[in-house]
Amino acid sequence: MNAAPVAKRIGLRHQSAGSRRNMPHPVLEVRGITKHFPGVVANRNIDLDLFPGEILAVLGENGAGKSTLMNIIYGLHPPTSGSVRVGGRQLECRSPRDAIAAGIAMVHQHFHLVPTMTVLENIVLGAETTRRGVLDPATAERDVAELCQRFGGQLDINLQAMIDDLPVGMRQRVEIVKALYRRARILVLDEPTAVLTPQETGSLFQIMRGLRHQGTGIIFITHKLKEVLDVADRIAVLRRGAVVGHARPGATTEQAMATMMVGRVPSLTIPKTTVVPGPLMLEVDTLTVHRDDGTTAVDRISFKVHQGEILGLAGVQGNGQTELIGALTGLRPVSSGTVRLNGRDTTHASARRLGREGDTGHIPEDRHTHGMVESFSVAQNLVLNLCNRPPFTRWGLLRLEAIRAHAGRKVADFDIRTTSLKQPLGSLSGGNQQKLVVAREMRDGLQLLIANQPTRGVDVGSVESIHHHIVQQRNAGRAVLLASYDPDEILALADRIAVMFEGRLISLSPAAQVDRNRLGLLMAGIPA
Amino acid sequence: MAALHMATAVLGAALMSAALMAVLGHNPWEAFTGLAKGSLGTERELAVTVRKTAPFVLTGLSVTLALKAGLFNFGTAGQFLMGSVGAVWMGIQFEALPGWLHLPLALAVGIGSGSVWGAIPGWLKASTGSHEVITTIMLNYVAALFAGWTVFAGSSLSMTRPGPLWDATAGPVSASPDVLASARIPWILGPPLGIHWGVALALLTALLVWWLMERTQFGFELKTVGAKPLAARYAGMRCGWTTVLAMTWAGGLAGLAGAIETLGVHYKFAPEFGGGVGFEGIAVALLGQGHPLGIVLAALLFAVLDAGALRMQFDSGVPSDIIQVIQTFILIFAAAPALATWLLNRVSRTQRASAAAAGRRA
Repeated sequence: MNAAPVAKRIGLRHQSAGSRRNMPHPVLEVRGITKHFPGVVANRNIDLDLFPGEILAVLGENGAGKSTLMNIIYGLHPPTSGSVRVGGRQLECRSPRDAIAAGIAMVHQHFHLVPTMTVLENIVLGAETTRRGVLDPATAERDVAELCQRFGGQLDINLQAMIDDLPVGMRQRVEIVKALYRRARILVLDEPTAVLTPQETGSLFQIMRGLRHQGTGIIFITHKLKEVLDVADRIAVLRRGAVVGHARPGATTEQAMATMMVGRVPSLTIPKTTVVPGPLMLEVDTLTVHRDDGTTAVDRISFKVHQGEILGLAGVQGNGQTELIGALTGLRPVSSGTVRLNGRDTTHASARRLGREGDTGHIPEDRHTHGMVESFSVAQNLVLNLCNRPPFTRWGLLRLEAIRAHAGRKVADFDIRTTSLKQPLGSLSGGNQQKLVVAREMRDGLQLLIANQPTRGVDVGSVESIHHHIVQQRNAGRAVLLASYDPDEILALADRIAVMFEGRLISLSPAAQVDRNRLGLLMAGIPA
Repeated sequence: MAALHMATAVLGAALMSAALMAVLGHNPWEAFTGLAKGSLGTERELAVTVRKTAPFVLTGLSVTLALKAGLFNFGTAGQFLMGSVGAVWMGIQFEALPGWLHLPLALAVGIGSGSVWGAIPGWLKASTGSHEVITTIMLNYVAALFAGWTVFAGSSLSMTRPGPLWDATAGPVSASPDVLASARIPWILGPPLGIHWGVALALLTALLVWWLMERTQFGFELKTVGAKPLAARYAGMRCGWTTVLAMTWAGGLAGLAGAIETLGVHYKFAPEFGGGVGFEGIAVALLGQGHPLGIVLAALLFAVLDAGALRMQFDSGVPSDIIQVIQTFILIFAAAPALATWLLNRVSRTQRASAAAAGRRA
């Protein structure tokens, strides 16, 4: 495909962005895509059009087939049937290389950047400018700087910075510039806001609008309804592998979209009964924790959690929450201060003692690194940290009957969608993996539940169910410590709200005294 | 899937070896038939092959078990030697012991010696983070020198004294005395076939290892530590301790291999026994895909190669050293399955093309 006429066409058309009637040539046409995996139909006869200068939101629960569809477009999987056309030409995608050559770029949830290289090096990686076989960084730098400038400040990046030193939002920006540098006409953003702070999300949307103005077609994959209404031109909703509806932001509501997505009317607010907090369960006193590099992550923090209450720990990522939770769960050494759990000193207790003696349940921040083993079965993952206690083991022997029965119960109670208990967990969708971790940690005999980002990267239906279970734990009289980067999640669930900023607790007050606006300011480090 | 992988690796290796033989001017078909005749041709040759399977099964299991815990046990050679020396030490003394006690004790000392030799790198890894590949390889040298010293005949020239297990009646030969009859592994089929119960023991051990991995808490924790140490730590498992135990088991399995070879085949220890065994364990483990049945089959294949090598050389003129090349090809293809698949696809495509061409000509 000759690039010049396309650019011209895009240039002519960006004025009328958003109006479908005046745009007879979609840049991407997906026709009748069906994809079978062994035992599953991931995509069913999907038709989609993407026009230049348009943001198309693809909305769907985890497991609805969004990722599969995008992987087909990107050439990672061949479709069972159907076709993908780019700029009117059939795309014979055998690998991502073909997709990139056709102008399709994808920004994955997990970035593909080399942390020890600079921004510039990462951007040109694989498409380096050379002069007689020797790298020509000066030309590359000029080209990239020019490219960034075209977006009038929205894409400002220090090209010489090391990726390692950049916050998540900046890394994402590098990925986007990388795509533009490869002349992408179609940009696929796979749940780009899952890892971003509200501020970072705001600037991402600015960038997306800028790209739209320049004529790039954007597919925005998400399950966050608010964002869709905010930024999309058109919305396609996927459920169980099929497109179940289209909508336009002006003519729909969150509730309507959620209903389409889930297939029933979900409750977006969680009913909470009033529970009078019981006795003290967790007492943290002037706790100090250091990072691996010796810097102070948690600086003399004190708080208490009572039975039957949810203490919400709000804050932007990187303000010490990870290290605080690590110290409370025995995974990171405490430098000074004390932790008392139900009256006993557990300051230096190991994860083994805390978890295995049945006291503390821990939903880890990142299920992939800590919470699960992808190659293990659903049933095995459900006893990952329980395998040394009855009824799952006796005399050191695993009791497969009990493990299976337990798995069957949890799968039913928490609506984990799997074809069998023997299925490797890695083959389940992200939402179902998370539900499994939540299910495992909400066990009988629990005293304290520590939930760190329990709904990160999880769809509306699963969020609803996870929230429901967390509140149920509280209602059952357990103490819950809920850490979240999402202020809405904290506001929806917490009885009291603590805000962490740069390692310190800058606010601790009953939830009723904190509104959305004030919480946003506190998270930005501005005490009222 | 695993079976397919195994088949492609073996086929790929066979194709490459055949090509190599052809280039060297030999007839690959003659070589392979010679190999088969020499290892499976008669009852007697078949028996040798079966007997040779035992150490391959055990060293293969040793590497596999360590691999499940995320560890590379390159130390099977050293653990094998320590097992041999331990078993011989127990087997050449304690004349008063009855067979039902003497043999199990000799086997146990062999297993124990191998275990200690495996536990050392495990402990070093857990406590200092040293890489087990380096330490196990280094300990192979230590074990080889130590084992050689124990049966060293001494030298009047350099005024060195003989080793503690040296057989004084053997003259200047560096070897241990014969193992007492009470410590020898009895026959399943006596001479001239000569299949001893150690073969059955090795097969039983394969079952035991499978059971350990799939049915015990220890196996579950070991696999978790191997698959994802961070998740194991999160789940409250003791990663360091599991590492030490896994290497102890791995060492014990290789030690048992050494004990079985000395108590069932050689009836003595000499430095030249079991020199090469150990490296093959890695190949057997990779080819066997971590499944006990796969390991037994892979071990059988390696026994075939080992037993049939001389006959192959005799029948076809292909030097028996080529066996090591075949083994290496198997190792490469087992480690890089994509390579084997690619090669086989290519070959079948060329064949189809030439068949089609032949069809057109006709």
